[in-house]
Amino acid sequence: MTDWTSDEMMAIAAARALSGRQRVFVGIGLPSTAANLARRTHAPDLVLVYESGTLGSKPDRLPASIGDGVLAETADAVISVPEVFNYWLQPGRIDVGFLGAAQLDRFGNINTTTIGDDYHHPKVRLPGAGGAPEIAASCREVYVVVRQSSRSFVEKVDFITSFGHGTGRGDRERLGLRGAGPTLVITDLGVFRPDPETAELVLTDVHEGVELDAVRAATGWDLKVVATLGRTPPPTAEELTALRALKEASK
Amino acid sequence: MAEIGTLADAVGELVGDGDVVALEGFTHLIPTAAGQEIIRQGRRDLTLVRMTPDIVYDQLIGAGCARKLVFSWGGNPGVGSLHRFRDAVQNSWPVPLEIEEHSHAGMANRYVAGASGLPFAVLRGYVGTDLPSVTATIKPITCPFTGEQLTAVPALNPDVAIIHAQRADRQGNVQLWGLLGVQKEAVLAARRSLVTVEEVVDELTPVPGAIVLPSWAVTKVAEVPGGAHPSYAQGYSERDNAYYAEWDPISRDREAFAQWLAGIKEAA
Repeated sequence: MTDWTSDEMMAIAAARALSGRQRVFVGIGLPSTAANLARRTHAPDLVLVYESGTLGSKPDRLPASIGDGVLAETADAVISVPEVFNYWLQPGRIDVGFLGAAQLDRFGNINTTTIGDDYHHPKVRLPGAGGAPEIAASCREVYVVVRQSSRSFVEKVDFITSFGHGTGRGDRERLGLRGAGPTLVITDLGVFRPDPETAELVLTDVHEGVELDAVRAATGWDLKVVATLGRTPPPTAEELTALRALKEASK
Repeated sequence: MAEIGTLADAVGELVGDGDVVALEGFTHLIPTAAGQEIIRQGRRDLTLVRMTPDIVYDQLIGAGCARKLVFSWGGNPGVGSLHRFRDAVQNSWPVPLEIEEHSHAGMANRYVAGASGLPFAVLRGYVGTDLPSVTATIKPITCPFTGEQLTAVPALNPDVAIIHAQRADRQGNVQLWGLLGVQKEAVLAARRSLVTVEEVVDELTPVPGAIVLPSWAVTKVAEVPGGAHPSYAQGYSERDNAYYAEWDPISRDREAFAQWLAGIKEAA
Protein backbone atom coordinates (compact mmCIF):
# COMPACT_ATOMS: atom_id res chain seq x y z
CA MET A 1 0.00 0.00 0.00
CA THR A 2 1.07 3.51 -0.75
CA ASP A 3 -0.20 6.63 0.92
CA TRP A 4 -1.33 8.07 -2.40
CA THR A 5 -3.84 6.91 -5.00
CA SER A 6 -3.07 5.94 -8.58
CA ASP A 7 -5.08 8.97 -9.73
CA GLU A 8 -2.88 11.21 -7.60
CA MET A 9 0.24 9.62 -9.05
CA MET A 10 -1.13 10.20 -12.55
CA ALA A 11 -1.91 13.89 -11.90
CA ILE A 12 1.52 14.43 -10.35
CA ALA A 13 3.37 12.65 -13.16
CA ALA A 14 1.44 14.73 -15.69
CA ALA A 15 2.16 17.96 -13.80
CA ARG A 16 5.88 17.16 -13.82
CA ALA A 17 5.81 17.02 -17.62
CA LEU A 18 5.09 20.76 -17.78
CA SER A 19 7.72 23.37 -17.13
CA GLY A 20 8.84 26.95 -17.45
CA ARG A 21 6.72 29.40 -19.40
CA GLN A 22 5.13 26.83 -21.67
CA ARG A 23 1.83 27.89 -23.16
CA VAL A 24 -0.57 25.05 -22.45
CA PHE A 25 -4.00 24.55 -24.00
CA VAL A 26 -5.80 22.82 -21.16
CA GLY A 27 -8.72 20.42 -21.42
CA ILE A 28 -11.04 20.13 -18.43
CA GLY A 29 -10.77 17.22 -16.02
CA LEU A 30 -7.47 15.37 -15.62
CA PRO A 31 -5.45 17.79 -17.80
CA SER A 32 -6.73 20.79 -15.88
CA THR A 33 -5.89 19.16 -12.56
CA ALA A 34 -2.35 18.42 -13.71
CA ALA A 35 -1.74 21.83 -15.27
CA ASN A 36 -2.95 23.65 -12.19
CA LEU A 37 -0.86 21.44 -9.95
CA ALA A 38 2.23 22.23 -12.03
CA ARG A 39 1.51 25.95 -11.72
CA ARG A 40 1.16 25.60 -7.95
CA THR A 41 4.38 23.65 -7.54
CA HIS A 42 7.40 23.75 -9.85
CA ALA A 43 6.08 25.80 -12.78
CA PRO A 44 4.43 29.00 -11.53
CA ASP A 45 4.94 30.78 -14.87
CA LEU A 46 2.96 28.31 -17.01
CA VAL A 47 0.47 30.04 -19.27
CA LEU A 48 -2.86 28.23 -19.09
CA VAL A 49 -5.20 28.67 -22.06
CA TYR A 50 -8.78 27.41 -21.86
CA GLU A 51 -11.02 27.03 -24.89
CA SER A 52 -13.77 29.06 -23.26
CA GLY A 53 -11.65 32.10 -24.09
CA THR A 54 -9.13 32.72 -21.34
CA LEU A 55 -5.41 33.37 -21.82
CA GLY A 56 -3.21 33.04 -18.74
CA SER A 57 -5.77 31.85 -16.19
CA LYS A 58 -4.45 31.60 -12.63
CA PRO A 59 -7.21 29.84 -10.69
CA ASP A 60 -6.65 29.13 -6.99
CA ARG A 61 -8.95 26.11 -7.14
CA LEU A 62 -9.77 23.57 -9.83
CA PRO A 63 -12.36 24.98 -12.23
CA ALA A 64 -15.66 23.09 -12.12
CA SER A 65 -16.14 23.56 -15.84
CA ILE A 66 -14.31 24.91 -18.84
CA GLY A 67 -16.16 28.20 -18.32
CA ASP A 68 -15.82 28.52 -14.57
CA GLY A 69 -15.85 32.22 -13.63
CA VAL A 70 -12.52 31.83 -11.82
CA LEU A 71 -10.81 31.22 -15.18
CA ALA A 72 -12.04 34.53 -16.58
CA GLU A 73 -11.51 36.56 -13.41
CA THR A 74 -7.85 35.49 -13.08
CA ALA A 75 -6.92 35.62 -16.80
CA ASP A 76 -4.52 38.01 -18.52
CA ALA A 77 -7.07 38.33 -21.30
CA VAL A 78 -10.60 37.13 -21.96
CA ILE A 79 -11.41 36.62 -25.63
CA SER A 80 -14.15 35.15 -27.77
CA VAL A 81 -14.20 31.49 -28.76
CA PRO A 82 -13.55 32.14 -32.48
CA GLU A 83 -10.51 34.18 -31.44
CA VAL A 84 -9.12 31.39 -29.24
CA PHE A 85 -9.16 28.93 -32.10
CA ASN A 86 -8.31 31.23 -35.01
CA TYR A 87 -5.74 33.65 -33.58
CA TRP A 88 -4.12 31.67 -30.79
CA LEU A 89 -4.36 27.96 -31.55
CA GLN A 90 -4.39 27.70 -35.36
CA PRO A 91 -1.17 29.69 -36.11
CA GLY A 92 0.87 27.56 -33.67
CA ARG A 93 1.19 29.89 -30.69
CA ILE A 94 0.57 27.10 -28.16
CA ASP A 95 3.36 24.79 -26.99
CA VAL A 96 1.45 21.93 -25.44
CA GLY A 97 -2.05 20.65 -26.00
CA PHE A 98 -3.08 18.78 -22.90
CA LEU A 99 -5.89 16.34 -23.65
CA GLY A 100 -7.89 13.54 -22.10
CA ALA A 101 -9.40 10.58 -23.98
CA ALA A 102 -12.16 8.02 -23.65
CA GLN A 103 -10.24 5.67 -25.97
CA LEU A 104 -6.63 5.94 -27.05
CA ASP A 105 -4.95 3.62 -29.50
CA ARG A 106 -1.51 2.19 -30.20
CA PHE A 107 -0.64 5.21 -32.36
CA GLY A 108 -2.03 7.85 -30.04
CA ASN A 109 -5.25 8.50 -31.94
CA ILE A 110 -8.01 9.74 -29.63
CA ASN A 111 -11.70 8.85 -29.56
CA THR A 112 -14.25 10.92 -27.64
CA THR A 113 -17.12 10.44 -30.10
CA THR A 114 -18.71 6.97 -30.16
CA ILE A 115 -18.00 3.46 -28.90
CA GLY A 116 -18.98 0.66 -31.28
CA ASP A 117 -18.55 -0.12 -34.96
CA ASP A 118 -21.48 1.91 -36.26
CA TYR A 119 -21.39 5.68 -35.81
CA HIS A 120 -25.10 5.92 -36.51
CA HIS A 121 -26.01 3.23 -33.98
CA PRO A 122 -23.37 3.57 -31.29
CA LYS A 123 -23.05 1.34 -28.28
CA VAL A 124 -22.17 4.44 -26.31
CA ARG A 125 -22.56 8.02 -27.45
CA LEU A 126 -19.71 10.09 -25.97
CA PRO A 127 -19.68 13.93 -25.74
CA GLY A 128 -17.86 14.50 -29.03
CA ALA A 129 -14.89 16.48 -30.26
CA GLY A 130 -14.98 19.83 -28.51
CA GLY A 131 -11.75 21.64 -29.27
CA ALA A 132 -9.59 18.51 -29.37
CA PRO A 133 -9.18 17.84 -33.15
CA GLU A 134 -7.56 21.20 -33.76
CA ILE A 135 -5.67 21.19 -30.45
CA ALA A 136 -4.17 17.84 -31.47
CA ALA A 137 -3.34 19.23 -34.92
CA SER A 138 -1.93 22.66 -34.13
CA CYS A 139 -0.13 22.61 -30.79
CA ARG A 140 3.63 22.00 -31.04
CA GLU A 141 3.11 18.79 -29.14
CA VAL A 142 0.32 16.96 -27.37
CA TYR A 143 0.32 15.31 -23.98
CA VAL A 144 -2.50 12.90 -23.21
CA VAL A 145 -3.55 12.00 -19.71
CA VAL A 146 -5.92 9.07 -19.39
CA ARG A 147 -6.90 6.33 -16.93
CA GLN A 148 -5.65 3.11 -18.46
CA SER A 149 -7.60 -0.11 -18.96
CA SER A 150 -7.84 -2.67 -21.74
CA ARG A 151 -11.09 -0.86 -22.71
CA SER A 152 -9.56 2.61 -22.94
CA PHE A 153 -6.16 1.53 -24.32
CA VAL A 154 -7.08 -0.19 -27.57
CA GLU A 155 -5.37 -1.51 -30.69
CA LYS A 156 -7.46 0.82 -32.85
CA VAL A 157 -9.97 3.45 -31.76
CA ASP A 158 -13.58 3.02 -32.93
CA PHE A 159 -13.60 6.61 -34.19
CA ILE A 160 -10.72 9.03 -34.74
CA THR A 161 -11.92 12.24 -33.09
CA SER A 162 -8.41 13.66 -32.80
CA PHE A 163 -5.54 12.50 -34.97
CA GLY A 164 -2.45 11.19 -33.25
CA HIS A 165 0.04 9.32 -35.43
CA GLY A 166 -2.53 7.62 -37.67
CA THR A 167 -1.15 4.26 -38.70
CA GLY A 168 2.46 5.13 -37.96
CA ARG A 169 5.38 7.47 -38.48
CA GLY A 170 5.04 9.83 -41.43
CA ASP A 171 1.23 10.05 -41.47
CA ARG A 172 1.17 13.49 -39.86
CA GLU A 173 3.66 14.90 -42.36
CA ARG A 174 1.70 13.40 -45.26
CA LEU A 175 -1.45 15.12 -44.02
CA GLY A 176 0.33 18.43 -43.58
CA LEU A 177 -0.21 18.60 -39.84
CA ARG A 178 2.17 21.09 -38.30
CA GLY A 179 2.41 19.94 -34.71
CA ALA A 180 4.34 16.87 -33.55
CA GLY A 181 1.20 15.20 -32.20
CA PRO A 182 1.17 13.08 -29.04
CA THR A 183 4.71 12.94 -27.66
CA LEU A 184 3.76 11.81 -24.16
CA VAL A 185 0.95 9.73 -22.68
CA ILE A 186 0.56 9.57 -18.92
CA THR A 187 -1.76 7.09 -17.26
CA ASP A 188 -2.43 5.90 -13.74
CA LEU A 189 0.06 3.07 -14.37
CA GLY A 190 2.94 4.57 -16.30
CA VAL A 191 4.29 6.76 -19.07
CA PHE A 192 4.30 6.05 -22.82
CA ARG A 193 6.11 7.73 -25.69
CA PRO A 194 5.93 7.16 -29.44
CA ASP A 195 8.72 4.99 -30.80
CA PRO A 196 11.08 7.22 -32.84
CA GLU A 197 10.90 4.85 -35.82
CA THR A 198 7.29 3.63 -35.87
CA ALA A 199 5.40 6.15 -33.69
CA GLU A 200 3.81 3.24 -31.82
CA LEU A 201 3.31 4.06 -28.14
CA VAL A 202 5.82 2.18 -26.02
CA LEU A 203 6.06 2.00 -22.26
CA THR A 204 8.99 4.09 -21.04
CA ASP A 205 8.26 4.34 -17.31
CA VAL A 206 6.09 2.62 -14.75
CA HIS A 207 4.87 4.45 -11.68
CA GLU A 208 6.17 3.54 -8.26
CA GLY A 209 4.45 0.42 -6.97
CA VAL A 210 3.13 -0.70 -10.39
CA GLU A 211 4.14 -4.09 -11.86
CA LEU A 212 4.84 -4.46 -15.56
CA ASP A 213 2.28 -7.27 -15.81
CA ALA A 214 -0.43 -4.90 -14.62
CA VAL A 215 0.44 -2.47 -17.41
CA ARG A 216 0.35 -5.26 -20.00
CA ALA A 217 -3.03 -6.45 -18.71
CA ALA A 218 -4.41 -2.93 -19.06
CA THR A 219 -3.15 -2.51 -22.64
CA GLY A 220 -5.28 -3.70 -25.55
CA TRP A 221 -2.35 -4.41 -27.86
CA ASP A 222 0.91 -6.31 -27.72
CA LEU A 223 2.77 -3.77 -25.63
CA LYS A 224 6.37 -2.94 -26.36
CA VAL A 225 8.62 -1.79 -23.53
CA VAL A 226 11.83 0.23 -23.88
CA ALA A 227 15.09 -1.57 -23.11
CA THR A 228 15.74 0.42 -19.96
CA LEU A 229 12.41 0.87 -18.26
CA GLY A 230 12.25 3.91 -16.02
CA ARG A 231 10.36 4.22 -12.77
CA THR A 232 8.37 7.35 -11.95
CA PRO A 233 9.63 8.75 -8.65
CA PRO A 234 6.87 8.61 -6.03
CA PRO A 235 4.94 11.79 -5.21
CA THR A 236 6.73 14.13 -2.85
CA ALA A 237 5.02 15.41 0.26
CA GLU A 238 4.92 18.87 -1.31
CA GLU A 239 3.21 17.59 -4.46
CA LEU A 240 0.61 15.62 -2.53
CA THR A 241 -0.13 18.55 -0.24
CA ALA A 242 -0.55 20.93 -3.17
CA LEU A 243 -2.77 18.50 -5.11
CA ARG A 244 -5.00 17.78 -2.13
CA ALA A 245 -5.27 21.48 -1.32
CA LEU A 246 -6.38 22.21 -4.91
CA LYS A 247 -8.99 19.45 -4.74
CA GLU A 248 -10.17 20.57 -1.32
CA ALA A 249 -10.53 24.18 -2.48
CA SER A 250 -12.78 23.03 -5.32
CA LYS A 251 -15.34 21.35 -3.07
CA MET B 1 -34.83 48.74 -32.74
CA ALA B 2 -35.12 45.80 -30.37
CA GLU B 3 -38.53 45.49 -28.81
CA ILE B 4 -38.59 44.93 -25.05
CA GLY B 5 -41.28 42.52 -23.88
CA THR B 6 -42.01 39.33 -22.02
CA LEU B 7 -40.18 36.06 -22.54
CA ALA B 8 -43.37 34.17 -23.40
CA ASP B 9 -44.38 36.70 -26.06
CA ALA B 10 -40.87 36.84 -27.53
CA VAL B 11 -40.55 33.05 -27.82
CA GLY B 12 -44.09 32.82 -29.18
CA GLU B 13 -43.38 35.37 -31.91
CA LEU B 14 -39.81 34.37 -32.82
CA VAL B 15 -39.64 30.58 -32.56
CA GLY B 16 -41.78 28.47 -34.88
CA ASP B 17 -42.05 24.73 -35.40
CA GLY B 18 -39.31 23.48 -37.72
CA ASP B 19 -37.04 26.49 -37.15
CA VAL B 20 -33.27 26.35 -36.86
CA VAL B 21 -32.63 27.70 -33.37
CA ALA B 22 -29.30 28.45 -31.68
CA LEU B 23 -29.31 29.04 -27.93
CA GLU B 24 -25.67 29.92 -27.31
CA GLY B 25 -23.61 30.37 -24.18
CA PHE B 26 -20.23 28.79 -23.49
CA THR B 27 -20.84 27.55 -19.92
CA HIS B 28 -21.53 31.18 -18.94
CA LEU B 29 -24.75 33.11 -19.66
CA ILE B 30 -26.65 30.07 -20.92
CA PRO B 31 -30.21 31.08 -21.89
CA THR B 32 -31.89 28.28 -19.92
CA ALA B 33 -35.13 30.12 -19.12
CA ALA B 34 -35.72 30.80 -22.82
CA GLY B 35 -35.07 27.12 -23.64
CA GLN B 36 -37.59 26.03 -21.03
CA GLU B 37 -40.13 28.50 -22.46
CA ILE B 38 -39.69 26.77 -25.84
CA ILE B 39 -40.51 23.48 -24.10
CA ARG B 40 -43.54 25.06 -22.41
CA GLN B 41 -44.85 26.33 -25.74
CA GLY B 42 -44.49 22.84 -27.20
CA ARG B 43 -42.35 23.69 -30.25
CA ARG B 44 -41.58 20.68 -32.47
CA ASP B 45 -39.15 19.62 -35.21
CA LEU B 46 -36.55 22.20 -34.29
CA THR B 47 -33.00 21.99 -35.56
CA LEU B 48 -31.06 22.94 -32.46
CA VAL B 49 -27.61 24.42 -32.93
CA ARG B 50 -25.03 24.88 -30.23
CA MET B 51 -21.31 24.37 -29.71
CA THR B 52 -21.77 22.93 -26.24
CA PRO B 53 -25.24 21.47 -25.75
CA ASP B 54 -25.64 20.87 -22.03
CA ILE B 55 -28.56 20.60 -19.61
CA VAL B 56 -31.05 22.89 -21.38
CA TYR B 57 -30.50 21.02 -24.66
CA ASP B 58 -30.90 17.70 -22.82
CA GLN B 59 -34.23 19.08 -21.62
CA LEU B 60 -35.33 20.27 -25.07
CA ILE B 61 -34.33 16.93 -26.64
CA GLY B 62 -36.01 14.89 -23.90
CA ALA B 63 -39.18 16.97 -24.33
CA GLY B 64 -39.25 16.01 -28.02
CA CYS B 65 -38.76 19.56 -29.35
CA ALA B 66 -35.87 18.70 -31.67
CA ARG B 67 -35.44 16.57 -34.77
CA LYS B 68 -31.80 17.51 -35.35
CA LEU B 69 -28.82 18.70 -33.35
CA VAL B 70 -25.82 20.56 -34.81
CA PHE B 71 -23.04 20.61 -32.24
CA SER B 72 -19.43 20.02 -31.26
CA TRP B 73 -19.50 18.83 -27.63
CA GLY B 74 -22.52 17.49 -25.77
CA GLY B 75 -22.20 16.77 -22.08
CA ASN B 76 -23.03 17.75 -18.53
CA PRO B 77 -19.86 19.72 -17.72
CA GLY B 78 -18.02 18.38 -14.70
CA VAL B 79 -20.63 15.62 -14.22
CA GLY B 80 -20.80 13.32 -17.24
CA SER B 81 -23.18 12.51 -20.06
CA LEU B 82 -26.46 13.97 -21.23
CA HIS B 83 -28.71 10.95 -20.92
CA ARG B 84 -31.74 12.39 -22.73
CA PHE B 85 -29.40 13.16 -25.64
CA ARG B 86 -27.94 9.66 -25.47
CA ASP B 87 -31.40 8.09 -25.29
CA ALA B 88 -32.44 10.04 -28.39
CA VAL B 89 -29.31 9.08 -30.37
CA GLN B 90 -29.10 5.46 -29.22
CA ASN B 91 -32.84 4.62 -28.95
CA SER B 92 -34.69 7.37 -30.89
CA TRP B 93 -36.55 8.31 -27.69
CA PRO B 94 -38.86 10.22 -27.52
CA VAL B 95 -38.26 10.97 -31.21
CA PRO B 96 -35.31 10.24 -33.52
CA LEU B 97 -32.55 12.81 -33.35
CA GLU B 98 -30.40 13.44 -36.39
CA ILE B 99 -26.96 14.79 -35.57
CA GLU B 100 -24.51 16.97 -37.44
CA GLU B 101 -21.26 16.85 -35.61
CA HIS B 102 -18.34 19.29 -35.77
CA SER B 103 -15.38 20.48 -33.74
CA HIS B 104 -15.40 23.71 -31.72
CA ALA B 105 -13.12 25.41 -34.24
CA GLY B 106 -15.44 24.39 -37.05
CA MET B 107 -18.61 25.55 -35.29
CA ALA B 108 -17.03 28.85 -34.25
CA ASN B 109 -15.95 29.50 -37.83
CA ARG B 110 -19.39 28.55 -39.15
CA TYR B 111 -20.92 31.27 -36.96
CA VAL B 112 -18.23 33.76 -38.03
CA ALA B 113 -19.04 33.07 -41.69
CA GLY B 114 -22.75 33.44 -40.95
CA ALA B 115 -22.19 36.74 -39.16
CA SER B 116 -19.92 37.94 -41.98
CA GLY B 117 -22.39 37.30 -44.80
CA LEU B 118 -20.15 34.63 -46.32
CA PRO B 119 -21.28 31.21 -47.56
CA PHE B 120 -18.50 29.30 -45.85
CA ALA B 121 -15.43 29.55 -43.64
CA VAL B 122 -11.92 28.18 -44.10
CA LEU B 123 -9.80 26.63 -41.39
CA ARG B 124 -7.03 24.17 -40.68
CA GLY B 125 -9.29 21.60 -39.18
CA TYR B 126 -10.55 18.02 -39.01
CA VAL B 127 -7.53 16.69 -40.91
CA GLY B 128 -6.96 12.98 -40.33
CA THR B 129 -10.10 12.60 -38.20
CA ASP B 130 -13.18 10.51 -39.00
CA LEU B 131 -15.47 13.54 -38.71
CA PRO B 132 -15.51 14.36 -42.47
CA SER B 133 -16.66 10.80 -43.17
CA VAL B 134 -19.81 11.21 -41.04
CA THR B 135 -20.52 14.94 -41.44
CA ALA B 136 -21.42 16.19 -44.92
CA THR B 137 -20.74 19.82 -43.98
CA ILE B 138 -16.96 19.34 -43.80
CA LYS B 139 -15.18 19.55 -47.17
CA PRO B 140 -11.61 19.99 -48.39
CA ILE B 141 -10.79 23.20 -50.25
CA THR B 142 -7.67 24.31 -52.08
CA CYS B 143 -6.23 27.75 -51.39
CA PRO B 144 -6.34 29.65 -54.73
CA PHE B 145 -3.12 31.50 -53.85
CA THR B 146 -0.83 28.84 -52.37
CA GLY B 147 -2.43 25.58 -53.50
CA GLU B 148 -2.55 24.43 -49.91
CA GLN B 149 -5.29 21.98 -48.93
CA LEU B 150 -7.54 23.39 -46.21
CA THR B 151 -11.01 22.66 -44.82
CA ALA B 152 -14.26 24.47 -45.60
CA VAL B 153 -17.40 24.49 -43.46
CA PRO B 154 -20.67 26.20 -44.46
CA ALA B 155 -22.00 29.29 -42.72
CA LEU B 156 -24.52 28.88 -39.94
CA ASN B 157 -27.48 31.22 -40.32
CA PRO B 158 -30.05 30.17 -37.73
CA ASP B 159 -33.64 31.36 -38.03
CA VAL B 160 -33.36 32.47 -34.43
CA ALA B 161 -30.43 33.03 -32.05
CA ILE B 162 -31.15 33.26 -28.34
CA ILE B 163 -28.61 34.43 -25.79
CA HIS B 164 -28.60 35.70 -22.20
CA ALA B 165 -26.78 38.92 -21.25
CA GLN B 166 -26.20 40.91 -18.09
CA ARG B 167 -28.25 43.94 -19.08
CA ALA B 168 -29.94 46.12 -21.65
CA ASP B 169 -30.95 49.76 -21.65
CA ARG B 170 -34.48 50.95 -22.35
CA GLN B 171 -33.67 51.38 -26.04
CA GLY B 172 -32.77 47.68 -26.24
CA ASN B 173 -28.99 48.03 -26.51
CA VAL B 174 -27.49 44.91 -24.93
CA GLN B 175 -24.33 44.72 -22.82
CA LEU B 176 -22.53 41.54 -21.83
CA TRP B 177 -19.15 40.70 -20.34
CA GLY B 178 -17.02 37.87 -18.97
CA LEU B 179 -16.72 34.76 -21.14
CA LEU B 180 -18.46 35.75 -24.36
CA GLY B 181 -18.30 32.45 -26.25
CA VAL B 182 -19.83 32.83 -29.71
CA GLN B 183 -22.87 34.82 -28.63
CA LYS B 184 -22.11 37.92 -30.69
CA GLU B 185 -21.45 35.83 -33.80
CA ALA B 186 -24.63 33.77 -33.24
CA VAL B 187 -26.81 36.89 -32.96
CA LEU B 188 -25.27 38.49 -36.04
CA ALA B 189 -25.54 35.25 -38.03
CA ALA B 190 -29.23 34.74 -37.25
CA ARG B 191 -32.27 36.10 -39.06
CA ARG B 192 -34.00 36.95 -35.76
CA SER B 193 -32.66 37.21 -32.23
CA LEU B 194 -33.83 37.24 -28.65
CA VAL B 195 -31.70 38.39 -25.74
CA THR B 196 -32.83 37.69 -22.20
CA VAL B 197 -31.16 39.99 -19.65
CA GLU B 198 -30.67 40.09 -15.92
CA GLU B 199 -31.99 43.64 -15.83
CA VAL B 200 -33.08 46.57 -17.95
CA VAL B 201 -31.35 49.76 -16.83
CA ASP B 202 -31.48 53.48 -17.68
CA GLU B 203 -27.85 53.66 -18.75
CA LEU B 204 -25.20 51.09 -19.76
CA THR B 205 -22.18 52.20 -17.73
CA PRO B 206 -18.81 50.90 -18.96
CA VAL B 207 -17.59 47.53 -17.67
CA PRO B 208 -14.08 46.16 -18.43
CA GLY B 209 -14.16 43.71 -21.33
CA ALA B 210 -17.83 44.30 -22.08
CA ILE B 211 -19.27 44.31 -25.57
CA VAL B 212 -22.46 46.01 -26.72
CA LEU B 213 -24.89 44.66 -29.28
CA PRO B 214 -26.68 47.71 -30.63
CA SER B 215 -30.45 47.72 -30.37
CA TRP B 216 -30.83 47.69 -34.15
CA ALA B 217 -28.93 44.39 -34.40
CA VAL B 218 -31.27 42.60 -31.97
CA THR B 219 -34.93 41.66 -32.55
CA LYS B 220 -36.28 41.29 -29.03
CA VAL B 221 -35.15 41.76 -25.45
CA ALA B 222 -36.84 40.22 -22.40
CA GLU B 223 -35.97 40.90 -18.78
CA VAL B 224 -35.48 37.50 -17.11
CA PRO B 225 -33.48 37.77 -13.87
CA GLY B 226 -31.73 34.47 -13.20
CA GLY B 227 -32.50 33.38 -16.77
CA ALA B 228 -29.10 31.72 -17.07
CA HIS B 229 -29.54 29.48 -14.03
CA PRO B 230 -27.97 26.92 -13.39
CA SER B 231 -25.09 28.54 -15.32
CA TYR B 232 -23.98 31.93 -14.07
CA ALA B 233 -24.05 35.56 -15.03
CA GLN B 234 -20.79 37.23 -14.08
CA GLY B 235 -21.51 40.12 -11.72
CA TYR B 236 -24.98 38.78 -10.93
CA SER B 237 -24.95 35.12 -9.96
CA GLU B 238 -22.75 32.10 -9.28
CA ARG B 239 -22.87 28.76 -11.07
CA ASP B 240 -25.20 26.34 -9.29
CA ASN B 241 -22.89 23.33 -9.36
CA ALA B 242 -25.33 21.23 -7.31
CA TYR B 243 -28.01 21.54 -10.03
CA TYR B 244 -25.66 20.01 -12.61
CA ALA B 245 -25.09 17.02 -10.31
CA GLU B 246 -28.80 16.77 -9.47
CA TRP B 247 -29.68 16.74 -13.17
CA ASP B 248 -27.83 13.45 -13.69
CA PRO B 249 -30.34 11.09 -12.01
CA ILE B 250 -33.28 12.95 -13.61
CA SER B 251 -31.68 12.72 -17.03
CA ARG B 252 -30.87 9.01 -16.62
CA ASP B 253 -34.47 7.96 -15.99
CA ARG B 254 -37.38 8.48 -18.42
CA GLU B 255 -39.93 8.58 -15.61
CA ALA B 256 -37.96 11.00 -13.47
CA PHE B 257 -37.58 13.16 -16.55
CA ALA B 258 -41.33 12.98 -17.29
CA GLN B 259 -42.03 14.25 -13.78
CA TRP B 260 -39.55 17.07 -14.21
CA LEU B 261 -41.16 17.94 -17.55
CA ALA B 262 -44.64 18.05 -16.02
CA GLY B 263 -43.32 20.47 -13.40
CA ILE B 264 -41.81 22.76 -16.04
CA LYS B 265 -45.02 22.85 -18.06
CA GLU B 266 -47.03 23.84 -14.98
CA ALA B 267 -44.64 26.59 -13.92
CA ALA B 268 -45.74 29.47 -16.11
